[in-house]
Amino acid sequence: MIEWMTVISIWLVPVTVMMILIVAIIKKVPAYEVFVEGGKEGLKMSISLLPFLLGMLVAIAILRSSGALDAFIGLLQPILSKIGIPAEIAPLAILRPISGTAALSVTTEIIKTYGPDSFLGRLASTMQGSTDTTLYILTVYFGAVGIKKMGNALKVGLIADFIGIIVSVIIVSWLFL
Amino acid sequence: MINVIWALMAIIGIVYAMFNGTMEQVNEALFEGASDAITLVISLSSVLVFWLGMMRVAEQAGILKGFAKLFRPIVKRLFPDIPDGHPAMGYILANFSANLFGLGNAATPMGIKAMEEMKKISKSDQASNSMITFLVINTSSLTLVPTTVIGIRMEYSSAAPTEIVASTILATFITTVSAITIDRLLQKSRQN
Repeated sequence: MIEWMTVISIWLVPVTVMMILIVAIIKKVPAYEVFVEGGKEGLKMSISLLPFLLGMLVAIAILRSSGALDAFIGLLQPILSKIGIPAEIAPLAILRPISGTAALSVTTEIIKTYGPDSFLGRLASTMQGSTDTTLYILTVYFGAVGIKKMGNALKVGLIADFIGIIVSVIIVSWLFL
Repeated sequence: MINVIWALMAIIGIVYAMFNGTMEQVNEALFEGASDAITLVISLSSVLVFWLGMMRVAEQAGILKGFAKLFRPIVKRLFPDIPDGHPAMGYILANFSANLFGLGNAATPMGIKAMEEMKKISKSDQASNSMITFLVINTSSLTLVPTTVIGIRMEYSSAAPTEIVASTILATFITTVSAITIDRLLQKSRQN
């Protein structure tokens, strides 16, 4: 099944592109002109996105480079390990919603240090795959369309991340221990 | 909320650096973070231009509408305030499918389009219920095959690089369902 999924994800984009273009030709849509039209919109969108991303990335960079984020992780580690989240995995759990690249490097580090088939390696892999960078998604999606009031999107997103972390621990313990 | 969080992140970092003696690193990071954003936007713009171009063609050819009609019964329950046959539905579905197959770069442009269409429905600069539901589903990740993680596992010679797929799908499923539930509960308390 997994081999199939891999094949599908490789084929999906080229085949989707082909299908769209075939239907467009059949329906006599001026494909190239329409493509360029839509592409221009994409360019405008990415420029308007820049300040949102820049602001967020700078704030994260300050927090990380000052050492405050590490101190925060150190502070939370004992609390998290009390509820069953291993101390080694705590940095990943805390970084995942904040920064995608930082989380990925922590995951790589854990897999490298403890081995991919260890409990920690499997746990890090599952956590990395089952959550996403909440702060980035909210910044990009709300930023691109100019939503100023996010409602409780951030709150729900962070609660979901927390649940995801706990659930990963339970599932990996259950499946592999 | 985001205004305070954003400002606090920077303020806490700078104050911490005063006591920790890391002001120099902070000073460097400020400009590095800014130039990282430019790099990110440039790589994002290639994807945005390509996919929004392609999506415009799909829209003109009526493909998105057909797609939306096909899956309407499922999506309708999640996004009750999106009218039938609205293009937002098509973009939401396109974003979900791209996410499921791990095509992160294709998912973002479609997600942004979906947000744009939902904004047209709500006509406000405040996040609507559908927008929050949509983003909550996105942040809880929808990936079926976490290709990046499998890649890393292969690199460090795992005996079974793909064995985490089942645990990932299960974790994703439970997280997404709980995220939707929490979102619904909060939505109710917001309205009351």
